[in-house]
Amino acid sequence: MSAATKSPGASRASESLRALIRGRLFWPLITLALLLSFNLAFNAHFFSVTVRDGHLYGSLIDILNRAAPLMIVAMGLTLVIATHGIDISVGAVVAISGAVAATLIGGQLSPGGGAPEAAGHPMPLVILAALGVAMALGMWNGALISFFGMQPIIATLILLVAGRGVAQLITGGQIITIYHTPYFFIGNGFLAGLPFSLFIVSAVLLFLLVLTRRTALGLFIEAVGLNPVAARFAGVRARAITFWAYAFCGLCAGIAGLIISSNVKSADGNNAGLLFELDAILAVVLGGTSLNGGRFTLVGSVLGALIIQTLTTTIYSVGVPPEVTLVVKAAVVFLVSILQSDRVRDRITSMGKLGEAL
Amino acid sequence: MRNETDSRFFAAPRVLPARAPARPRLDPRHLPFMVTLGLFGVMFGAGSIAFDGFFSLQVFLNLFIDNAFLLISAVGMTFVIISGGIDLSVGSVTALTTMVLAHLVENRGWSPALVIPLVLLMGATIGLIHGVVIQYFSLQPFIVTLAGMFLARGLCYLISVDSIAISHPFFTDVSAIRYPLPFETSVSVNVVMALGVLLGAVYLAHFTRLGRTLYAIGGSEQSALLMGLPVARTKIFVYTFSGFCSALAGIAFTFYMLSGYGLHAQGMEMDAIAAVVVGGTLLTGGAGHVLGTLVGVLIYGTIQTLIMFEGSLSSWWTKIVIGLLLLVFCLLQKVLARAPARQGSTRAARQDSAQPHPVSSPIERTAQAGG
Repeated sequence: MSAATKSPGASRASESLRALIRGRLFWPLITLALLLSFNLAFNAHFFSVTVRDGHLYGSLIDILNRAAPLMIVAMGLTLVIATHGIDISVGAVVAISGAVAATLIGGQLSPGGGAPEAAGHPMPLVILAALGVAMALGMWNGALISFFGMQPIIATLILLVAGRGVAQLITGGQIITIYHTPYFFIGNGFLAGLPFSLFIVSAVLLFLLVLTRRTALGLFIEAVGLNPVAARFAGVRARAITFWAYAFCGLCAGIAGLIISSNVKSADGNNAGLLFELDAILAVVLGGTSLNGGRFTLVGSVLGALIIQTLTTTIYSVGVPPEVTLVVKAAVVFLVSILQSDRVRDRITSMGKLGEAL
Repeated sequence: MRNETDSRFFAAPRVLPARAPARPRLDPRHLPFMVTLGLFGVMFGAGSIAFDGFFSLQVFLNLFIDNAFLLISAVGMTFVIISGGIDLSVGSVTALTTMVLAHLVENRGWSPALVIPLVLLMGATIGLIHGVVIQYFSLQPFIVTLAGMFLARGLCYLISVDSIAISHPFFTDVSAIRYPLPFETSVSVNVVMALGVLLGAVYLAHFTRLGRTLYAIGGSEQSALLMGLPVARTKIFVYTFSGFCSALAGIAFTFYMLSGYGLHAQGMEMDAIAAVVVGGTLLTGGAGHVLGTLVGVLIYGTIQTLIMFEGSLSSWWTKIVIGLLLLVFCLLQKVLARAPARQGSTRAARQDSAQPHPVSSPIERTAQAGG
């Protein structure tokens, strides 16, 4: 209404802005806001952030910190889903990355109690090794999919099945406890009052945003997702882009594995990152990226991850048994995917047109 | 145009005899099944040579006894995969079934005669909902059944987070039944149940109109629609059947474990998919044999038995070997799907048209075709 009274240029700008918000980030933001305000209704101190020992503490910080691994994996997965693919092996890669790091860093409990500084291998090397392995696994997925033409869900299914076995092989089937104190900084440390993991998330997000929005790479990825054949004819190296999307997704899962293993101070080949792939897919879908490939939104996926974590925290804080989380997640997936379906979209737009006509 | 097509038609018979002289016509799509069967023979043979006591009828029958529930759910999965879809909820529906059974029988004191039909109905209903949502909202089966997976696991924990042991005489009695076979061997009730499901499924898939519709949908949903086949009904049936099989697998699992637990059958959907694929069913849909799934399950069981006999290997090797086998079979299917294309047969042309571009998964393709 107000747009119509403005100059045509401004109205077009505001309309395109509105379309952008409506299409992508509007619903995730609303969902998150609703969840947060629901929390506020239950807990008046929900938004309060206190400073203790120079660190910020509070429910919001806690949610951000806990959502960090999911946010990173969701970002990696967003690129993969944008190329019309899927990676269901991220949970297994998380487990392998944690297992590699925990096995290499070693460290032993000193008899006098407390954790010694000594590590089995220097920490930068350990981190590089874990990330390298994770990225190599991503490349393996990427190679199967882009060069052998295997369907993404099957190629990554192979790693999903075998990956946990590999993780258990690395840890010898045991839960490996990490005693090397500096390693804990990745998942538990604070920098400038904020959890260190948030800086990792920001770094990944910034890197990806610059890469996909300041260069043509984002456009290429969307082109590949919409129609790889057309993209190839248009001169886009579709195979290479698909390959690197999976490689990067593996790398992201590796980073998440480091954060998780550092946070819980151990690596469990069997249970680390269990069902993580599902949460990550849910985060991407909640964020507004269509599973059919094409347009994607990294910020949306980050919001999606935050929504999932907020939902989990809400369920805990309200006092509902935590077992309900899965049921609620299921309901959310059903609802979101039905709302995303063409049938419902068509009906809504036709209703909108009807409203305009009246 | 026309000449080109004609030459394609006539090129095949000219080339084929030269390539495969005096060989009975073997549909390349049946080759994965043959490879599977051969692989099973090789693995079982290798085990027999390597380990004393491996080569016995009872070891072979134990493959059935220990994997009856997997076979039941994999049969349901085969139908789904042939139709070009996927069902990720089978493991959690199985777990939910054990949980509901245990809870109602042990904590509520209901009669098994009432509870068993109830859980079967429950499984079928979950599958029905999957099918209806997939069909009418043209959503990707993988995301819908993923939600179903969350839901069923969540419901398990809502009932109880602990394991419920079953001591009802009916269940203990049934689980103790052994049907004697020659050479002092025996099988359990589960095996009879699983073979019953298998035979029913073979009949359904290969000897009925429904089965042909199923293959047609898997081959190309659009073509099936244009042919006037009941696509919607069949697709919904497929998911309902898979849900029913999962529930039946849950009953078999209860007989096997005598308990209900939310963590039961964790990851069984992946085992079932692996068994189906190793059994030679194309994950793109439209090709495969229900009996292949049986061999797939037997291979899975043989790997476990080999690792058990070896003694020094840990259970995680099962996962790694299954993963590798999956890889080998997927690559094999890729190669086989390409090989006839060079010979220029019409079948290959269809195969190519079924794969519009390499990065599109069958599930997504189905979703698009259905939309």
